[in-house]
Amino acid sequence: MRRQAVAAGVSALAILTAAPAIAEIRIGASLAITGPAAFLGDPEAKTLEMLVEELNANGGINGEEVELIVYDDGADPNKARTFATRLIEEDEVVAVIGGSSTGATMAMAPLFADYEIPFISLAGAVVIVDPVQEFVFKTPHTDRMACEKIFADITARGLSKVGLISGTDGFGASMREQCLDVAEASGVEIVADESYGATDSDMTPQLTNIAATDGIEAIVNPGFGQGPAVVTRNYAQLGLELPFYQSHGVASDAFLDLAGEAAEGLRLPATPLLIPDQLAEDDPQRQPVQDYIAAYEEKYGEKPSTFGGYAYDAFHLLVDAIERAGSTDPVEIRDALEATEGHAGVTGVYSFTPEDHMGLDLSAFRILKVADGGWKPVEE
Amino acid sequence: MSELLQFLISGITVGAIYAAIALGFTLIYNASGVVNFAQGEFVVIGGMTAAALIGAGVPVWIAAPLAVIAGMLVGVLLYRLAIRPAGQAPLVSLIIITIGASIFLRGAMQAVFDKQIHRYDGFSGDAPLRVGGATILPQSLWIIGGSVAVFAFLAWFLNRTRAGRGIRATASNRMAAALVGINTGRAMNLSFALSAAIGALAGVLATPVTFTSYDVGVLMALKGFSATMLGGVGSPLGALAGGLLIGLIEALTAGYISSDYKDASAFIVILLVLFLRPQGLFGARIMERV
Amino acid sequence: MAGQGTTVATAPVETARRAHVGNGKARALIGPGLCTFLIFAVLVALGALIFPSSYFYRVGTLVWINTLAVTGIVVLLGYVGLVSLGHAGFFAIGAYATAIGPNYGIPSPLAMAGGVALAGLLALVVGRPILRLSGYYLAIATLGLGMLIWMVLSKEAWLTGGPDGMTVSGMNARNLFKLVGLKLKSAEAWYWVAGFVAAIGAAIAVNLANSPSGRALRAIHDSDVAARSLGIDVARAKSRAFVISAIYAAVAGALLALANGYITPETGGFMHSVEMVTMAVLGGAASVFGALVGALILTALPQLLTVFADYEHMVLGAIMVVTMIAMRRGLVPFIADLWNRRKS
Repeated sequence: MRRQAVAAGVSALAILTAAPAIAEIRIGASLAITGPAAFLGDPEAKTLEMLVEELNANGGINGEEVELIVYDDGADPNKARTFATRLIEEDEVVAVIGGSSTGATMAMAPLFADYEIPFISLAGAVVIVDPVQEFVFKTPHTDRMACEKIFADITARGLSKVGLISGTDGFGASMREQCLDVAEASGVEIVADESYGATDSDMTPQLTNIAATDGIEAIVNPGFGQGPAVVTRNYAQLGLELPFYQSHGVASDAFLDLAGEAAEGLRLPATPLLIPDQLAEDDPQRQPVQDYIAAYEEKYGEKPSTFGGYAYDAFHLLVDAIERAGSTDPVEIRDALEATEGHAGVTGVYSFTPEDHMGLDLSAFRILKVADGGWKPVEE
Repeated sequence: MSELLQFLISGITVGAIYAAIALGFTLIYNASGVVNFAQGEFVVIGGMTAAALIGAGVPVWIAAPLAVIAGMLVGVLLYRLAIRPAGQAPLVSLIIITIGASIFLRGAMQAVFDKQIHRYDGFSGDAPLRVGGATILPQSLWIIGGSVAVFAFLAWFLNRTRAGRGIRATASNRMAAALVGINTGRAMNLSFALSAAIGALAGVLATPVTFTSYDVGVLMALKGFSATMLGGVGSPLGALAGGLLIGLIEALTAGYISSDYKDASAFIVILLVLFLRPQGLFGARIMERV
Repeated sequence: MAGQGTTVATAPVETARRAHVGNGKARALIGPGLCTFLIFAVLVALGALIFPSSYFYRVGTLVWINTLAVTGIVVLLGYVGLVSLGHAGFFAIGAYATAIGPNYGIPSPLAMAGGVALAGLLALVVGRPILRLSGYYLAIATLGLGMLIWMVLSKEAWLTGGPDGMTVSGMNARNLFKLVGLKLKSAEAWYWVAGFVAAIGAAIAVNLANSPSGRALRAIHDSDVAARSLGIDVARAKSRAFVISAIYAAVAGALLALANGYITPETGGFMHSVEMVTMAVLGGAASVFGALVGALILTALPQLLTVFADYEHMVLGAIMVVTMIAMRRGLVPFIADLWNRRKS
C-alpha cells in the first residue's frame, strides 16, 4: 500500500506537470492495517493490492487503469472519517472499500450519502445495512446470521440450553447481542452469559461457571483475535465435553495453529474459503475460491483468511458494477452495484436489492468442524 | 470447592505474569526514579523473539536465553538513547519519553516481526495436571516459579550484593553515591539490562499460555504499572504482592461476580487502597522535602 | 520530584506569555485574554483563507477541538504541575452525553451542557481524594479513573452502543450559520465553531493565569508547602484546577461527537489520555500556545505520514522521545527562548 500511496503522490505531481496520458479510475480504501483489528485489515489490504495489480496487468476496467489508494485507520473511527473525507475530496475516488471495523464504517457512512459515493464495508455488524443506507453496501455475513446458523445446528442436534462466552471487543459484543436477540426465535435458551477482555490470558473462571450451570448443553464463543484460541485451550484444559461452537470471526487456519489439538471437534459457521478442495464441481463458488487462494499464496506465501475474502468480494463486486455501468460516475456505479445479481464470490453468492445491501442468505454459510487438524463440512 | 480452586489457580497464574512485569518496573524505579512505561514492550520482545526462533526450528532451551538477551540489549539501548540523555527531566517528561519509546518499539516490532499472533508449545507439554478437581497447565507452574525466582533474586541482589546496593544508593542520591565511589553509570546500565531481562523472561514464559503479538505491550505495561503502584513503587515484595493480588481480584470477580467488570474491580481496589494508603501497600512513606 | 520540575516550568509561563501575548502596552490596553482571543481568531480565519477543500477543514476542526482539550491539560499540568493520565474519560463523558441525550428527547445543546456539568461534578467529587496523591501515584489514580469510565462506556451497550460506538444525531453547525443567512458546507461550519470555542477557551485560560487564583495555582506548582505557608488553600485550588480542566475536556468531547456524528469508547481510552498530555508537553504545557502547537503537530502528523504508514509508529515515538530530550519545556518555549536570545 505504501507503493500505491507513493504512486499517488507521484501521479499527483505528474498531473501538475503534464497532461494526463490516460484517464484513471481511482478506488479508495480505509482499513485497519495496524492496531487491534490488524488481523482484519492486514489481509484485506494485501488482497486489494494484489487484485489491483492483477486487474491492471489484464488491461484494467474497459481499458482504463485502476489506481488504489489505501489508508490505515487503525480501526479508529475518528481517523477513518478523516481519511474518508480525504479519499473523497483530495483523491477524488469513485468508490470506497473499507472500514474493517464496524465503528470505522459507521463513522464514515454519512459522508458517502453527502457526497453520493458508493461504499462497500468489510465489517460485520448488522447495523451497517439495517436500516439500508442508499450508498452503503457490505460483503461479510452479519453476526446475526452467524448466530442463526449456529443455533440451527444446535437445535438440529436436539440441544437447546446454550452458554455464551463473548469477547468484549466490538465483534464479540455485537455478536453476543445478536445471539441473545435471535435465541428465542431459533428455539434455544441462553442459560449462561459470560465475557472476557480481548487480550485476557485465562478464561477458566468463566468456563468453570458455564460448565457448572444447570442443564447446560452447548457453549458458543463469539469473538475474534486471540481470545477464542485461549478459550479453546482453556476448554480443553478443563476437560469439558459439551458441544463447542466458535464464530466466523476465527474462521482461518491461523486459529487452528493457535488453538492446536484443543480445537479438535469444535464447530463454526464459515465461508467455503476454508474448504476449497471439498466444494462440489458445480458449486458456483468453487472457481473464485480456488482462484483467490492460488493467487494469494503465490504472492504472499501464506493462506488467505476469511477477512481477505471480504475484500476480494468487495473489489470484484465493484469492478463488475463499474464495467456494467460503463461509466465512472459514482451514482451510476452505485445503481449498477445495487442491480448486482447472482455474483459468485468467495464468501457467498451476492444479489443486492434496494432493500438488501448485503445480498447474502444463510446458504452461503456452512457449518464446519475441526477434524484431524483441518476443516470438514458438517453434513446436514 | 473445586471451582474456588480453579479460580485461585487462574488468578495466581495471571497474577504471576503481572508480578514479573511489576518486578521489572521496580528495579528501574529503584535505580533511576523512572517508571518505565516501555516495560511491556520487553515482554513482547521476549515472546516474539522466542516465537520467531522456535518457529525457525531453534530448540527452546537455546531460543529462550537468546530472547532474554535480545530484551537486555534493547533495555540498555533504551537507557542510553532515551533515558540518560533526558537527565533530570520532570516526571511528566519521563512519562512521555517512556511512552514514546514504547510506541517506537511497537512500530519497530511490527516491521521486524509481523502482525500475527504467535505461540509455541509449553516447556513441559500442554497436558493439564489435575489438582483436587481443578486443572493447571504445566506452563503455569513455570510462570509462577519464574516470578518467585525473579522476586527472590531481586530481594537478594538489591540487599545483599555490592552491585545491588550500588543501584539503590544511586537511586536515593546519585551525587552522594558517585562521591562514595559507586559507578552510577554502570549501576544504571545494569538496572535497565536486568529489568529488560526480567520483562523478556516474563514474555518467554507466558507466551505458551497468553500468546503474543506486536501490540500487546501497552496492556502488559498497564497491568504491571497497576500492580507496581498497588504494592507500592520501589518494593520487590510490593510488586509480587500487587501482581498476585490483581490477578486474584480479576479471577475471583470473573468467577463470583461478573466477568464484565473484572478489570474494573481491579482498578477500584487500586483507587481504594491509594485513598487509604497513598504510598501503596508496601511502599515507603514519601517525605516531601521543602 | 516536585522541586525539580518547578524552576524549569515557571519560567516558560512568563517567557511564553511575553513572547506571544504581545508587548506589555497592548496587553494593558485590551487585556491578555482578549488579546489571546484575537490571535486565535486571526489564526482560525487564516486557516479558512488557505484551505482548498473540506478535507483541510476537517483536519483543521480536529486541531481546534484538540487544542481546546489540551488547554485543559495546560491548566492542570502547566499551571499547577499535576499529571493526569485519565482526562480522556472526561472527554468521553462530554461526548457520550451529547450523543445519548437526543435518544431520550433531550436537545443537543442541553445534553452537551449536561455532559459538561457531569464531567465537572465527577471531577469535583473524585478530585479531593485523588489530588492528595502525588507523582506516579497521582498518575495511576487518574489512569484508573479514566479506565473505569472507558469500561462503563464499552460495557453498558444498552446506553452507549458498546465497543462499536454510537451514532450522534442532533444539531449540525450548518444550521447555526443558516440562521444568519450564511450557507456553508458542514465541514466548514464545524471548523468555525470549533475554532471559535477554542479561542474562547484559550482566552479564559489566559485570564485565569493572570488572576489571583491563577497565581495561587502557580505558587502550588512551585511548592505545595510554600503555597500553604502563603495562606493558599492548596487542596481547594488543586480541586478547582482539576474541575476546570475536566470541563475543557468535556466541551471538546461534545464538539467532537457533534462534528463526527459517531463516537466509540476509544475517545475515553488510555491512549487518548496519553495523546492529550503528549500534545500539551510537546507544544509546551505552560501556555495555551503550546496547546495549539502540540495539537497541530500531533493531529496533522499522521496525515503527513500516510505515505510511510508502516513506519508511522516509529516516527511518532521517536518524535516524542527526541522532543522531550532536546526541548524539555516544549516547542513554544524553546522557540521563544531562541527568539529572545537573538534579540538580546
